[in-house]
Amino acid sequence: MTESTPALPQRPWRQRYHVAAIGWTLLLAVLLVLSSLMTGANFGTFLSNIDQFLALLVQMSHPAWSYLHVILQPLYETIQMAVLGTTIGAVLAVPFALLAASNLVGNRLLRGLIRFFLDLVRTLPDLLLAAIFVAIFGIGSTAGVITLAIFSFGMVSKLFYEVIETIDMGPLEALKSVGATKVTIIWYAVLPQILNQFVSYFLYTLEINVRASTVLGYLGAGGIGVYLQRSLGEFNYSATAVIILATLVVVLVIDGISNHLRRVLL
Amino acid sequence: MQATSTKPIIAFHHVNKIYANGTVGLKDINFEIPRGQFLVVVGLSGAGKSTLLRTINRMHEISSGEIRIDNEPISDYKGRALRQLRCHIGMIFQNFNLVNRASVERNVLSGLVGYYPTWKCVLGLFSAADKQRAIQALKRVSLTPKIFTRADELSGGQQQRVAIARTLMQDPKIILADEPVASLDPRTTKDVMDTLQRLNREDDITVIVNLHSVALARQYADRIIGLRAGELVYDQPIANVTTADLDRIYQAN
Repeated sequence: MTESTPALPQRPWRQRYHVAAIGWTLLLAVLLVLSSLMTGANFGTFLSNIDQFLALLVQMSHPAWSYLHVILQPLYETIQMAVLGTTIGAVLAVPFALLAASNLVGNRLLRGLIRFFLDLVRTLPDLLLAAIFVAIFGIGSTAGVITLAIFSFGMVSKLFYEVIETIDMGPLEALKSVGATKVTIIWYAVLPQILNQFVSYFLYTLEINVRASTVLGYLGAGGIGVYLQRSLGEFNYSATAVIILATLVVVLVIDGISNHLRRVLL
Repeated sequence: MQATSTKPIIAFHHVNKIYANGTVGLKDINFEIPRGQFLVVVGLSGAGKSTLLRTINRMHEISSGEIRIDNEPISDYKGRALRQLRCHIGMIFQNFNLVNRASVERNVLSGLVGYYPTWKCVLGLFSAADKQRAIQALKRVSLTPKIFTRADELSGGQQQRVAIARTLMQDPKIILADEPVASLDPRTTKDVMDTLQRLNREDDITVIVNLHSVALARQYADRIIGLRAGELVYDQPIANVTTADLDRIYQAN
């Protein structure tokens, strides 16, 4: 018994030979090589100096566990900074995200201004912010918290408004049709749809902030970064290793909480 | 004007709607709806049925002409007055438009938000009497056992009945239903249509339903109007409606 193949329409040659996919891949490779040539970034240099890198890894592979009790207090401070900074930033981001969402705000000018402001905030590097706030508030965690708050605000507001733009508009129409005010519509029809993704992005930002605050410590913005800088300055790589591992544990715990909450909330 | 008893609840006078891109939504619509009528609007997709329905509660604005509700022109309503108007007009949607992640109770109570100040809505401060009314509303659509269930755990027919309960909380004088059964199976379709009919007969609510199904239209309507390309091409009480008439509405051009 032979099965007859139905006549299929002819595929254009562009589709048959995957012209687009191959083209994009080649273009990307060319751009990569060109940018490497132009900036002088040389992968060969990395390979020829790999023995130094390996030596560093060997030193770091003997973590000085006795150092752990020294860094617990600053690590705790780092977590506090990250939680505080992320919370302030995320709470402030909610109204801005609502005003930046194209499905909620019809006024293009207002939306454009808000988005421009958010772009501006995101452009400011966190290290620059930390340097400025250390200069204003002096060395300590206040500067770190404010830096993290602004950094989180910039990042979270963009993530938030993109979530808002994907919601189902049906419930909003229903609320509007019963005579609800704008605030009531947002409270009843928008927030329930985005809440779990907000929580998820909040935790993601918290995780990033724990890592970021280790770097901010370099500039005197408090937390574990101060100790990271000290250990590296003293070439005490076994202490550095402990700091990195301890931070990893914190990040893993936050990640675990995040996964759990997402499952529960979804 | 005629005697008070036959005064229409809704009246369209030379209503036109032209969308920003030039598409004609409605073209010189003239008709009146008496209080307590069960009116079915039929026509092809894109004929302007949804637009017509949404001009009644000003979810869509008209380009010219006049719509009167209880003999009041509604075009100039703004802000508070507009929300007041919508308070008394229930709306049922093809996709139910419930807040999926909220409980059935909260969805039903959301029908009341037009009657409460914003801060009370945000804090969920509904009076005990209104919470009792929510239970009564759910009882009328036979869904009291589901009051604390999340809306997205219900079947399509049940969700549409929750939407009707939400509308009941508004204490509406008019219910607009836009393709209320288009995404339901035949049995739940009957449930939902029967519920609408009961509200029409028992509570004297004026009901306007957009339908695709000619059979359903003939079964439930007091009167059928037909739209084609934004024009009112048919308007007959149910006694005069023939199958041939309806077929003609669905013919292209």
